[in-house]
Amino acid sequence: MATVIDSKKACTVNPLKMSQPLGACYAFMGLDNCMPMMHGSQGCTSFGLVLLVRHFKEAIPMQTTAMNEVSTILGGLDNIEQAVLNIKKRANPSLIAIASTGLTETKGDDVDGYLNLIRKKHGETLVGTDIVYVSTPDYVGAFEDGWGKAVLAVVDAFAQPCEVRDDHLVNLLPGAHLTPADIDELREMIEAFGLQARVLPDISGSMDGHIPDNFTPTTLGGTTPDALRQLGAAKATLAIGARMDAAAAAIEERCGVPFRVFDRLTGLAAVDDFLQYLSELSGRPVPHKYRRQRSQLQDVMLDAHFWVGSKNMAFAAEPDLLYALTTTAAEMGAHVVAAVTTTHSRVLEGVPCVEVLVGDLEDLEIRAKAGGAQLLITHSHGRQAAERLGVPLHRVGIPMFDRLGAAHMLMVGYRGTRELINGWANIFLADEHQNTPQDWPLPEESRRAASGAHATSCSTGGCGGSSATPADDVVPDAVGA
Amino acid sequence: MDARVSAKIQDVFEEPACEHNQNKSAKEKKKGCTKQLSPGAAAGGCAFDGAKVALQPIVDVAHLVHGPIACEGNSWDNRNSSSSTSQLYRTGFTTDINELDVIYGGEKRLFRSVKEIIEKYDPPAVFVYQTCVTALIGDDIEAVCKRATEKFGKPVIPVNAPGFVGPKNLGNKLGAEALLDYVIGTEEPDFVTPYDINIIGEYNLAGELWQIKPLLDALGVRILSCISGDGRYREVAYSHRAKAAMMVCSKSMINIARKMEERYDIPFFEGSFYGIGDMSETLREIARLLVEKGAPEELKARTEALIAVEERRAFERIAAYRPRLEGKKVLLITGGVKSWSVVAALQEAGLEIVGTSVKKSTKEDKEKIKELMGQDAHMIDDMTPREMYAMLKDAKADIMLSGGRSQFIALKAKMPWLDINQERHHAYAGYEGMVDLVREIDKALYNPIWEQVRRPAPWDVVAA
Repeated sequence: MATVIDSKKACTVNPLKMSQPLGACYAFMGLDNCMPMMHGSQGCTSFGLVLLVRHFKEAIPMQTTAMNEVSTILGGLDNIEQAVLNIKKRANPSLIAIASTGLTETKGDDVDGYLNLIRKKHGETLVGTDIVYVSTPDYVGAFEDGWGKAVLAVVDAFAQPCEVRDDHLVNLLPGAHLTPADIDELREMIEAFGLQARVLPDISGSMDGHIPDNFTPTTLGGTTPDALRQLGAAKATLAIGARMDAAAAAIEERCGVPFRVFDRLTGLAAVDDFLQYLSELSGRPVPHKYRRQRSQLQDVMLDAHFWVGSKNMAFAAEPDLLYALTTTAAEMGAHVVAAVTTTHSRVLEGVPCVEVLVGDLEDLEIRAKAGGAQLLITHSHGRQAAERLGVPLHRVGIPMFDRLGAAHMLMVGYRGTRELINGWANIFLADEHQNTPQDWPLPEESRRAASGAHATSCSTGGCGGSSATPADDVVPDAVGA
Repeated sequence: MDARVSAKIQDVFEEPACEHNQNKSAKEKKKGCTKQLSPGAAAGGCAFDGAKVALQPIVDVAHLVHGPIACEGNSWDNRNSSSSTSQLYRTGFTTDINELDVIYGGEKRLFRSVKEIIEKYDPPAVFVYQTCVTALIGDDIEAVCKRATEKFGKPVIPVNAPGFVGPKNLGNKLGAEALLDYVIGTEEPDFVTPYDINIIGEYNLAGELWQIKPLLDALGVRILSCISGDGRYREVAYSHRAKAAMMVCSKSMINIARKMEERYDIPFFEGSFYGIGDMSETLREIARLLVEKGAPEELKARTEALIAVEERRAFERIAAYRPRLEGKKVLLITGGVKSWSVVAALQEAGLEIVGTSVKKSTKEDKEKIKELMGQDAHMIDDMTPREMYAMLKDAKADIMLSGGRSQFIALKAKMPWLDINQERHHAYAGYEGMVDLVREIDKALYNPIWEQVRRPAPWDVVAA
């Protein structure tokens, strides 16, 4: 449906996008007893760490190879070696997961080669600790790409054919847009069919904000190394979001586990498909609980359509999240007047909007204004734009640093869709316009006719209704000045 | 390394006013003050981060980051430095270079970006920040900025502090150098008074400057320029006309204070806004320097009168908390802010400091801490998170005051915690700030949640 275009600007203003290595490290957060690490300057890690801390209000284990100018030019072998040994000594994780950065990719470090040397040299020291590496230059792609590549790298490193298949076991590959609450919801849905879900990566185990009994310098939970080696034992792989295509296909290719990608699990029909699939896979009927929830969602759709229908909504999010949200909004009868995203993806064509722009929040602001948007939907950085436009902001995605509860936002399944739609309706309800005596002024033409003057062709510019079309004013006047 | 950056770094390392530097041999000085980072066991920001922290509080300037998306995209609008006017400093500008830029060079994109910013936002100046990748591929931001300045008739200032040259603190100083080289002394104020001062190294976090300004206003002392909190480009550009300067104790911009003394004969003192005693001392020093530079002598008497009233007001309010806070144990882990100035403040409220970090403190600072806390002061050079957790869990401290980074160490140990770093939302400067700090500590310690979150679930309690 949508045409996908790239921004022509030289300067990005108010970035929507975050970097690939951060997306990769975020995926590594979903692996148990893991220490994610960026191979770059210490600032690369520091910025990413602060961003995730502010989003989750949780300690974030993330290390750096602390590259400086000289080590960059000479190559990072020594730094990676020292870093790996230091982490092994201080934290003793099951896994050290490394993502490269713009800096080390510009130099062209052969990290796979380095790791072979390091494993050879320190084989005994490193017993019990695996190392994975993913190449994620900052100047290519976005956060979501980094997540996808990291999951693929983990599959490449661990997945192996298993002789014994477990008919009750399914692999679940959640996209970067799913929260810990979303993952818990999907696990519960899968288990309701007598199946067991093996989640990769499982941030619901690590980033859900629980209190561990002891201090742990590594991730506090997530997919275990043993589970990773058993990916091939599953009956099927379910991937959520188009970014997970590659990892799901890789498991099939390597282990023969068939897969199905669900582009989204928000929206009535999308959840119907998912449950129908689970029912077929397990040979069990859809449990009563979900029949009831489906009915509740239908009722919420009926109640909410008065408020959400025909509303102009402007979205900026990473592709998989953008797709899930815009399609749901369109299914509620809202108009998607702007859709901005961070990187390319096959789902973008399916966004119910004339055009999807790979751009920034300045683009969103301009398009939202031009389209007469009544609600902005993007991450917390949209707060300045929303304030300038005088419209409410619905915070979704990462980062969400000025609200609590990011980990517990639920947007998948019937329940999640219900929450999302009610949330939108409530924002519009709170923002509802109260009619005033001045709301319906007669145009000049009518008033003249009524006063007995001759109706003439319109030369005063007052005809065509009293409201000027908002589309004329495309460039915001001195935004932020 | 770019010869200019390299020369700047040497220059900054040679800083004669820096106490760390005074006891070093010539060879040691040349090596610089940058501790070798330990890969896999490092924390903290890079030089670019430091330069941005130092300069971004100049609120009407467009701050343009030349580099890949990580440097700005992962970090923008994440500090709580407040503005009384323009919000442009909170707008994220970056060239967001792509793979082709890395191959063919990013200078053209940078130039076009400056042009777009000037056309759309018309700021009084554009600051261009160099980053690792663009430094590595050899983009000459000085040349681009020079050309852009000529072409657009507007200052376009290069800030050459790519992340990989060192840590955040070095970046603070390299950012300061950009102001010295390109901004300070380039404009003239409309008028001057004998009461004009600069405040250097104050970033107006959570609006702290506004806890101080009413005091100065009441004395008739004018902040000609605050570098850089709630600063405007023009104010920094004419800051060389101040009569005296205060360097805020973090020393992050010591090079500005010293070089402005050298170049423009502006004497400076090192002071702090944290703690009642420190605040009073700061007001006295401001009055003393201004009088030395020709302000009427009576300023000193007015200052003493103001101090007397404000100290009494503050102590009266703090005294109300003393019975509740007396003997409570504090673990104080600070970064930039000098530990001893906070120590003094907390002791005023009856709190006992059981440990304080001295990672970034000078020898002189450590002496002051000993003076305040006694010879057996528990000074922590480099405490691991695990040690902090253990200390809190074993209840060797009742509350931890630190930066946001270590917040969860305390919270996961189910111990009270207070943010005293730059992301904080509470202002703790001056007399008002100290009362607020004590109120916040009290609020944290006496919240009813602690008892609840520490209570085990009934099914976990073994029947006695």
